[in-house]
Amino acid sequence: MTQRISVVENILNANDQLAEQNRLLLNRNGVFSLNFMASPGAGKTSLVERTIIGLQNQFRLAVVDGDIATSLDADRAAAAGATAIQINTGGECHLDAVMLHNALGKLHLDVLDLLIVENVGNLVCPASFQLGTHKSILIASVPEGDDKPYKYPGMYRGVEALVINKIDLLPYVTFDMDYFQKGVEMLNPGVVTFPLSCRTGEGLDHWLAWVKEQVTYAKF
Amino acid sequence: MHELPVTENILEIALRHADKANARHVKTIYLVIGQLASIVDDSVQFYWDIVAKDTIAEGAILNFKRLPATLQCQVCSLRFSPDQDDFSCPDCNSSNIKVVSGDEFYLEAIDIE
Repeated sequence: MTQRISVVENILNANDQLAEQNRLLLNRNGVFSLNFMASPGAGKTSLVERTIIGLQNQFRLAVVDGDIATSLDADRAAAAGATAIQINTGGECHLDAVMLHNALGKLHLDVLDLLIVENVGNLVCPASFQLGTHKSILIASVPEGDDKPYKYPGMYRGVEALVINKIDLLPYVTFDMDYFQKGVEMLNPGVVTFPLSCRTGEGLDHWLAWVKEQVTYAKF
Repeated sequence: MHELPVTENILEIALRHADKANARHVKTIYLVIGQLASIVDDSVQFYWDIVAKDTIAEGAILNFKRLPATLQCQVCSLRFSPDQDDFSCPDCNSSNIKVVSGDEFYLEAIDIE
């Protein structure tokens, strides 16, 4: 005889619980953490480098880099002056709380102020998997096109700050900033936005000031 | 791509509850997926046939219930379910919108024998 059993259990529950443990671990050590998410090529690693260089005199930084393969990104972060751990997901399209938990175990969290997690380049999946980081940052870039908020709403909805990278290319590509920002406003009203160029350095001071404020006034 | 670990989670939850109830077979699994959760039914079904093999849930039917998203206009307070692409308020056309629900992704119930 068939019998129905009520379950009502969140399918990502195991991940979310471990994300909460990551958050508590970071809090206990007083480490403020950012999760950088973007499509491949938007400039996540460039922004990591710029952030390290801009803030390493004020804060003790580490970077966790997620990629399907290679340690190219961690090498760049290390060359810029931060402790860097590479996670190779071996095909998985996003970082999850387990991967970050393992990486946190390799870091001396007690001597850190700021941890940047660079997620796998992907505008879909990383939004669904909590890591336990304090703030999520989406890095959009001008050459991707102005329609991305409309096409990847999940990613644009779930972030606390938005960087628009490569603004030095605005004169050369078709990118309607008003149309882009209307899409952002629809999904994430009032989200703090930083138009900048990692290449020329334009706009970076606002971004660095914001990160500095987040780390300085973080409540654990 | 991430439907594989997601499907493994579904199996783990279903087997745990089936085991608690001393089930011999899991016949049906009822999943609830919000309109805004980026989960593809066909892909979960594809992986399901692989991950559930040789378990008491092998051959179980996956039942997907899609819930529409609910949005609330922050200007005129209207609550509505959006079309696929247009999230702006159908009444006052404002794009200042808050998502009330639509991210659901849970296992609601299982049928066992």
